[in-house]
Amino acid sequence: MAERNHARRFGAIWIVSTLIATPLVVVLLGPILPPGNGSEQASGHVTDNTVLMAMATPVLLLVVIYLIYSIIYFRQPQGAALEGPAVRGNARLQTTWIVITSALVLSLAVYGTVRLEEDGAGAGGGPSPLVVPSGPKLPVQVIAQQWAFTYRYPTYGGIETPHLVLPVNQMVELNITSLDVIHSFWAYQLGVKADANPNVDNIVYVKPTHLQTFEIRCAELCGIWHGAMFDHGHVVSASAFATWIQQEQSTFAAAHKVLPPYSKTYIPEPTRRGG
Amino acid sequence: MSTTTEAQTPETPSRPLWRRLIGFNLLSAVLLGVGGYYLGWFIGHQISGKSFEFQAKTDENDVALLLAYFFGVVGFLIGLGFANYPVSRLLGRPASLREKEDHGIGRYFGLCTDHKVVGIQYLVGIGVFFFVGGLNAMLIRTELLHPTPTAFGPNQYLSLVGMHGTMMMGMMTSGIMGPFANYFVPIMIGARRMAFPRLEALTFWLLMAAGFILVSTIFFGGFPTGWTGYEPLNDQAVMGMDSYICFFALVGLSMALLGLNMIATIVTMRAPGLTFSRLPIFVWSVLATAVLMVLAAPTLIAVLLMASLDRTINTSFFVVGGGGSPYLFENLFWFFGHPEVYVLALPGFGIVLELLPVFTRKPLWGYRLAVSGMLGVTLLSFFVWQHHLFVSGINADLRPFYMLSTEIISIPTGFIFLCVMGTLWKARSTFTVPMLFCMAWVFNFLIGGLSGVFLSDTPSDTDTHGSFFVMAHFHYTIMGGLIFTFFAAIYYWVPKMTGLRFNERLAKAHFWLMFVAFNSTFMPLFVLGMKGMPRRVSQYAPNLQGLNIWVSISAFVLGFSMLIFLYNTVYSLIFVRLRAESNPWRSKSLEWQVPTPVPVHNFEQIPVFDSDPYEYGTPLPVAGAEPAPAGA
Amino acid sequence: MTLFVKKLLGVGTAVAVLGVLIGLYVATWASSFPKSIAAVSTTTPAGPSTQLTLETVAAIGPKYSPTHPDWVSYLVQSHGKWVHSTIYTVPANSIVHVTLYEFDSQTGLRNPFLAQPEGTIGGTETVDGKVVGSINPEEASHTFAVPELGIFVPLPGISEQEEEKNACEFAPCEPSKAHRTITFSFRTGNKGRYHWQCFVPCAAGFLDGNGGPMQTLGYMDGFLDVV
Repeated sequence: MAERNHARRFGAIWIVSTLIATPLVVVLLGPILPPGNGSEQASGHVTDNTVLMAMATPVLLLVVIYLIYSIIYFRQPQGAALEGPAVRGNARLQTTWIVITSALVLSLAVYGTVRLEEDGAGAGGGPSPLVVPSGPKLPVQVIAQQWAFTYRYPTYGGIETPHLVLPVNQMVELNITSLDVIHSFWAYQLGVKADANPNVDNIVYVKPTHLQTFEIRCAELCGIWHGAMFDHGHVVSASAFATWIQQEQSTFAAAHKVLPPYSKTYIPEPTRRGG
Repeated sequence: MSTTTEAQTPETPSRPLWRRLIGFNLLSAVLLGVGGYYLGWFIGHQISGKSFEFQAKTDENDVALLLAYFFGVVGFLIGLGFANYPVSRLLGRPASLREKEDHGIGRYFGLCTDHKVVGIQYLVGIGVFFFVGGLNAMLIRTELLHPTPTAFGPNQYLSLVGMHGTMMMGMMTSGIMGPFANYFVPIMIGARRMAFPRLEALTFWLLMAAGFILVSTIFFGGFPTGWTGYEPLNDQAVMGMDSYICFFALVGLSMALLGLNMIATIVTMRAPGLTFSRLPIFVWSVLATAVLMVLAAPTLIAVLLMASLDRTINTSFFVVGGGGSPYLFENLFWFFGHPEVYVLALPGFGIVLELLPVFTRKPLWGYRLAVSGMLGVTLLSFFVWQHHLFVSGINADLRPFYMLSTEIISIPTGFIFLCVMGTLWKARSTFTVPMLFCMAWVFNFLIGGLSGVFLSDTPSDTDTHGSFFVMAHFHYTIMGGLIFTFFAAIYYWVPKMTGLRFNERLAKAHFWLMFVAFNSTFMPLFVLGMKGMPRRVSQYAPNLQGLNIWVSISAFVLGFSMLIFLYNTVYSLIFVRLRAESNPWRSKSLEWQVPTPVPVHNFEQIPVFDSDPYEYGTPLPVAGAEPAPAGA
Repeated sequence: MTLFVKKLLGVGTAVAVLGVLIGLYVATWASSFPKSIAAVSTTTPAGPSTQLTLETVAAIGPKYSPTHPDWVSYLVQSHGKWVHSTIYTVPANSIVHVTLYEFDSQTGLRNPFLAQPEGTIGGTETVDGKVVGSINPEEASHTFAVPELGIFVPLPGISEQEEEKNACEFAPCEPSKAHRTITFSFRTGNKGRYHWQCFVPCAAGFLDGNGGPMQTLGYMDGFLDVV
């Protein structure tokens, strides 16, 4: 077949399939993409993932359809030993490809940066995160140890509890640290993940938007019970939260007396146990 | 030191068995290795048994084990004969030429400086450890059939996971460089040998010693950190961690020396007429990979040395209580770790681009673009490593930069895809087994690469870091990329290496089963990751069990496809032994123009090059010229 | 022997040897689960009752563990004898009474929050006959904790003076040696396999005290099989 026909045919197939598939991906797949809408950050992730999928779909279709097309049409006829055309390149096509891929990739990088700097995107930002949301924030400390998470509420007397409960529609500042090895606090439905490093205060901002139960898992290998290091957190109404924290204060009063004062990091001594 | 006669002429009767057993060979190497091991163990106990009380108290004598491994490896290498040349030169004597034997199967089991022998040693040696790693993977998937620990204790499961990853990463980095670059690069560039033949043999035997050391971790309690060896968990671990440290240090050394050898050979030993613009694209990929190996591997050796110092003499490089930081380990490790994964990917690019012209009967499309793609990947791979640390609490200012650099590295990777597609355009493709593996590469690496774009975007990475999504991504790029091209290279080049051909039906069965099972195993892992399953766990949310069972069964089928390959190897190469033609693929590349078996010194006369090896295809009609005769 | 038969024998032998090696390899990994020991179930006038009797020792000793004789460990009593296992079977939806003899010395909790018992019936534990709502975190020797069931019980150890005078060297320990007796009860719910662990960094010589026995099944970690 003449060159134009192949190019036109393949181009047509690709464009049509892209025009069908991309909206389908956005409309059907988008809403069910994880991690769900548990918090502002999580909803942001769903948008990001949808955008990425929408940009990946044409690329995927291009290469896969081309592969199938070439397998069907560009074969050696049975028993023949023909040679293909000795074409070594096409400067225009190469330049176009370089320009388009560079533009795509750079726009993705810009988009990612903008989304990251908007609200921190639930990614652990270290002790001095770039983006600090304005307004009141509820500080909650997540202490990771081998192999459980415990939580301290500094504005409520620094009490420590083994359960994470957060009030809805309230910006929370999670301060994540570890007592021993590297762990990672992953609150799935809230779209939050931040490594817990010893002697480091890793800060994440999250604003839960629905009442829910969310899953907390450790996402960095920390020893044999890494897989068992999971928990369930709750997002409740503000009044339920106030009641709960009062209960915790009385339940754990005995422990509270022996706790060290609240601090951003803790280095329990001694480093090596003598026996 | 052996000064017996080297090459045996047909008239000389072969030496008696006992005479052949004494000397510098594998047997002596093993004996000296074991002796060295016990010597090091003894010295270690003298050092730390008495003065470092904490070591004695816990019976965790890391000093002894590390010294034992060190002396064991040294003894092993001396036994093989690696010290002969330096020592004999120091003493002013002529070096033994035993290592230059040019025939006999004994060459394959010792120090041989023929690059072709080293290539085959690598192929078999790496193959064995590949199957050990694969066996570990089957055991891992057996455990994951159930959401709570069932088959293995949690320590054993973590050790299995760590051993699988470590074995594969350590061994398969040299998966194509070792067997195929060693065998074919000198031939492709018109040289009689590599620049440093003894060094070449050393890289192989270092790798074999390392593999053995890694497997010995079973006897010391395994290691709990996975292949990344993160501190401080690394420091907490029992003695089996030292096996990991020693393994990777030896692998790093082997990588650095292999890369050095490749660069020296390609840069200095090209035949007349072979300018860089005529170099086969496979040789370009080897050069790019070698640069990465030489520059990145030393960082690994350094960070492992620091980790071993922390474990033995209580330094605090990574211990927070003593002023150190785990971030140091993460950064140093990934500074090596990221170029490492491009070491895995680049040879795959080279193989696909090298094989496609042969099977499409067209020249390589976009040669310069492909080369710049490979060199671009090499350069950029040093600037992206912190994308492994996006959520770890690094300085938040850094993240946009690394997001940008990681996104940009997909541009040169895209060049490779364009060159592949250009070569396929209007081709006359025959879908032989090597070609099938190359086509599978296109699909697999595409999926792997696209998922990498998700991971490079920090907000998206927040959900997927440390989950099975990452596992799926790197299995698609490493296994779908490197291992598929590894098999492509085997099916393509074994007829030249051995003069025998594989059974076509078994080979095709292997390919199809492997391709389908591979996708069935790893595609659902993307879903598992997005549904919240972390990596390296033997306990997961019960609602994910169905998907895990599907994945495990597919993995068993994938393992079975490897058995088909093994059966084919034994059947075709041992029993049936059908002769292959001298150039079954009608390739115009130089290695197919030499006779099979390849003569000891490769060429009667050094060839002179006047073009690249891609002179395929009917030239396009030039305006004004006579029309081509019918049927041309 | 024809060449074919020789090749067949060669390949066959190689396959057999490989098979044995692979079998040994897999068996080494798979034989890592300690035995599961059932708690003692009796019927009292108040209803079915389950008793689990445990002890913790400073060093397990060469009899029970030739490879790690100086590691701290838990043991469980089964049919009157002390067994070196950390996998315990208890019935679902019932009350389990635990009696624990603590023969090890004090180390101190890494996170003092765990000095208060949680998840036990009444939120308390009994130490040497006295009911306490929390212990001194410096005195903790080990913890019996089942995080998935919300159970955390700190176990105070013997003091330095007691250790000097009358410490138990290796398991099993005689009741005449210095020890604390701790009892508590908890309720089990649904069936399942839940892990339990110690939270005190009691592994001598390891970084953070959390290596070695703290990370090995059969010493300071185990499973609670609720059936």
